[in-house]
Amino acid sequence: MKPTAVTRALLLGYGILVLAILYLPIVAVGFASVSKARYLTFPIRRYAFDWYGEAIASPTVSDLLATSLRVAAIVTVISMVAGFFGALAYARYQWRYRRLFQKLILLPIFFPQTVLGLALLIWFNAIGVTPTWKTAVIAHLVWIGPIATLVIAIRAYSFDPALEEAARDMGCTTWSVMREVTIPLLMPGVISAGLFAFLLSWGNFPLSLFTTGADSTLPEWLYAKMVSGYSPLVPTVGMLSVAASALLLAIGLTLPALLRLLRGQTTD
Amino acid sequence: MDRLNARLGYLTALPITALLLLSFVAPLVVVAAFSIMPQKVFSLAHLPDFSAYGEILRQGYWRSLIWSLGMAIAATAILFVISWPLAFAMAKVYRRFTLVLTVGVVMTLFVSENIRLFGWVLTLMKGGLIEGYLRSWGFAGFDGLLYNVPVIVFGLVYVYFPFMLFPLAQGIAMVPDDAREAAVDLGASRWQLLREVELPLAAPGIVIGCLLCFVLSAGAIAESKLLGGQAVIVMGDEVETAFTYGQNWPLGAALAMVLIAIIGAVALFSVSRVDLDAMFGGRK
Repeated sequence: MKPTAVTRALLLGYGILVLAILYLPIVAVGFASVSKARYLTFPIRRYAFDWYGEAIASPTVSDLLATSLRVAAIVTVISMVAGFFGALAYARYQWRYRRLFQKLILLPIFFPQTVLGLALLIWFNAIGVTPTWKTAVIAHLVWIGPIATLVIAIRAYSFDPALEEAARDMGCTTWSVMREVTIPLLMPGVISAGLFAFLLSWGNFPLSLFTTGADSTLPEWLYAKMVSGYSPLVPTVGMLSVAASALLLAIGLTLPALLRLLRGQTTD
Repeated sequence: MDRLNARLGYLTALPITALLLLSFVAPLVVVAAFSIMPQKVFSLAHLPDFSAYGEILRQGYWRSLIWSLGMAIAATAILFVISWPLAFAMAKVYRRFTLVLTVGVVMTLFVSENIRLFGWVLTLMKGGLIEGYLRSWGFAGFDGLLYNVPVIVFGLVYVYFPFMLFPLAQGIAMVPDDAREAAVDLGASRWQLLREVELPLAAPGIVIGCLLCFVLSAGAIAESKLLGGQAVIVMGDEVETAFTYGQNWPLGAALAMVLIAIIGAVALFSVSRVDLDAMFGGRK
């Protein structure tokens, strides 16, 4: 049942093609961001990095950046904590309402985000809360919290309950089992959940749209400019946002290796 | 031991459950309540009537509903066909390339949907990446490929591709190689192998993938707005308009309820048929 070399080569080619198509629009935005012209047409005649300087100097852009960062940072911390506990309830412990709980976690992920955002707007209005970036944090959490839970749950499924039981048999309290066994074992899952949470919140648009009130995040501003009143800053700010994600992802992916390297050197 | 497990189960489920009850379940209840209020009111202190639902029938909102559901079904079907070979290869054929592909696809998820769709606008528009370069190389120019229904479906396919690919690959990984080899040894053709062995055994992944894509596409707005121009008005768009320009919250709430009811019925039906523990590699 081994696939032939031809099938293998065809499938590899298909995979590469799909990746190329996935990245094509990002490349197009990249090219547009270095075009000198105010009204963009391809092929680009003159390249310039002026728009980047303008974007970085612009107070609007730094406001947007600050709001997006603040929202993403808080969402990350809360999702990591709630996701850690939620994953244990999802995957590790046998308890009565576990099936129901699993469905409750999955439902928000399967929910159209725009409708969710609107529902939250009405809810905030009904309980008398004025939407600001803080309400956007709540909105993001409804969608990102469950995703973080699932990411950690995948890790929690693969660990052996016998390890916890052994610790308990040797006289550890529930809290020290948690601290000495469960948390270290799930840590890689918690960190990748944190990375997911930050990046998904950073790029989220449909949930922010209705829940930020007078504040605005980067993706919201980009959308507003795309739909009405194009600004040459759109591709530039878009690329800056992509670069920020890429940088964080690179740090997130290399940090564990770096830490291991450092630790190896100190113990040697 | 079991009692401790049960207690820890309740305790650890508490934070996220509280969060979801307060900011997911409660808002949906409020939306449901608003949908049976009289037209154009902004509080729940009125006698309920069902005029908003009547309005949906009278004003022809069902057309948007059919567009949304139709495009979602089309996008899901296309996604299934293009993702299957790739998911199969990820689970059974590729070795190191699976990791490359996984990281490559996940990374696109972290770029805001808006930016990626805007990239397609730049690629497909008149004077965009494709048309502009073709013209400068001496081919005949054309009017750009935007602002029609197929391009909206294309946008849905593009944006929700990862949500089909990964569950499918996960599902196919659950098909044991022994079962496939046994079928081939017993004389199954390639087509029989697919229909009788692979599709049924990968069903949980297929169900989750199709469900995710259908649900997300049915509620999507950005694709039709950015790529489709005003070619068709989708359901999410109608909901948004009713709430913002229309200033008619009960109508918006009723439209949202129709969408939620359809999506919820499909989602609950499918999720109840899938073993959620097996899907994530849990032991029985």
